[in-house]
Amino acid sequence: MVLLSEVPNANAGGAIGAGLAAMGAGIGVGQIGKGAVEAIARQPEALNDIRSNMILTAALVEGAALFAIIVGFLAMVL
Amino acid sequence: MAAGRVNPFLTLIFSVFLVCFSTTVIASEDKNDQEGKEEKKPGFNATEVIFGHILDAHEFHFFDIIKKNGEKKPVTIPLPVILYSPQRGLTSFMSSKFHHGHDPYKGYMLLTEHKIHEMKKQGIDVKKAGLNPGKIIPITADGKWDQSVKVYDISLTRNVVQMFLALSILVWIMVAIAKRYQRGEGVNTAPKGMQNLLEPVITFVRDEVAKPNLGRKYEKYLPYLLTVFFFILINNIFGLIPGSANVTGNIAVTLVLGLISFAVILFSSNKHYWGHIVNPPGMPIGVKAILIPVEILSVFIKPFALIIRLFANMVAGHIIIICLISLIFIFASLNVYAGWGTSIFSIAFTIFIYFIEILVAFIQAFIFSMLTAVFIGQAFEGGHDDVDHHSDPVVV
Repeated sequence: MVLLSEVPNANAGGAIGAGLAAMGAGIGVGQIGKGAVEAIARQPEALNDIRSNMILTAALVEGAALFAIIVGFLAMVL
Repeated sequence: MAAGRVNPFLTLIFSVFLVCFSTTVIASEDKNDQEGKEEKKPGFNATEVIFGHILDAHEFHFFDIIKKNGEKKPVTIPLPVILYSPQRGLTSFMSSKFHHGHDPYKGYMLLTEHKIHEMKKQGIDVKKAGLNPGKIIPITADGKWDQSVKVYDISLTRNVVQMFLALSILVWIMVAIAKRYQRGEGVNTAPKGMQNLLEPVITFVRDEVAKPNLGRKYEKYLPYLLTVFFFILINNIFGLIPGSANVTGNIAVTLVLGLISFAVILFSSNKHYWGHIVNPPGMPIGVKAILIPVEILSVFIKPFALIIRLFANMVAGHIIIICLISLIFIFASLNVYAGWGTSIFSIAFTIFIYFIEILVAFIQAFIFSMLTAVFIGQAFEGGHDDVDHHSDPVVV
């Protein structure tokens, strides 16, 4: 157990932070999915353009969430 | 009426599950009373297993065989250790000489969880010294840590070995296919064999990644984008083989990839790009004061986001899989039947996540090359009168 912090508050803080980040990312990716599905329903012929933009935007949202996860992880490790 | 709808079979399973737990509470309390103060907990240590899989090591570790007398015998492939120290010179030997951290060799010692505990007791600040399990430290003749000797570890660790392996396979496949195209196979005729597998992927990167973002200059950047795409892809897929190393989940590997992308972005930037960063046109002075620092910061955040995204995605996927597997053993150390019961759900979830991870392996390779292409495109984009202006994606 050398790698993880022995301060319980730090572990709790990291875990709570990771949870909040997951919530934010969930909302964000959900919005993207909603927008993409609606757009495809309106314009099925634009499927390929919408899909590649959807994946790109989802990756960006996920990137922001992963920053938070890493920070939460560091709070536990350091 | 709600009670009528409950499946009796599910009720049975749920009650059995609860019964398992009701016995474990008493058992675990007993254990705590007996060994409350002991520093080394027997049984399953999830932290050790998870970090053992995520981090780099001097050997490929597959599993442990536990003998009848309780002794653990790890099944591993040893890898060469190469150490350089200014005082002692160059040393190299196989990591099997350490006998998994039991024995020192040629004045060096492999740290284990147990040894770090002992050093902690001797009053060495382990965390400040950066001592982790798997690190090689120099020792004096009586087996103590020799802090005066500086050691540079340039061993072929499992990440390095696996990366070389993946790269040689990649180069072999690609060169073989390129030679066939040079001979005219697949150009004038239908593609054959491995060409069928890779031609759609290569044309996908060209048509979906390079052309929309780079416009006319796409041919100049296509070799880099394809190299990055296939490098990340093959390492992601090799990392999913059980027992293998986690190459793209290593921050050093993604850091180098990100820095190379950063260099490519910087070298393809033009006056227009820097003009918009250093002095955004058509802005009031108050807005400029906020915008210029943000724009300058964004130059560095772009490659940093690439580094963290790939690293965190791969590590997170691996941790989820190992956690789900570990769950079986965590429950089994409480109660054997709970362990068996958990294993059903655990393995089902693991298979599910594993398939998602195969998808993520492709998506991350695509995202990395896509974002690199987008950033390069932004860097050399001309003014608004430029006819080659294809898309304006909004990116961090």
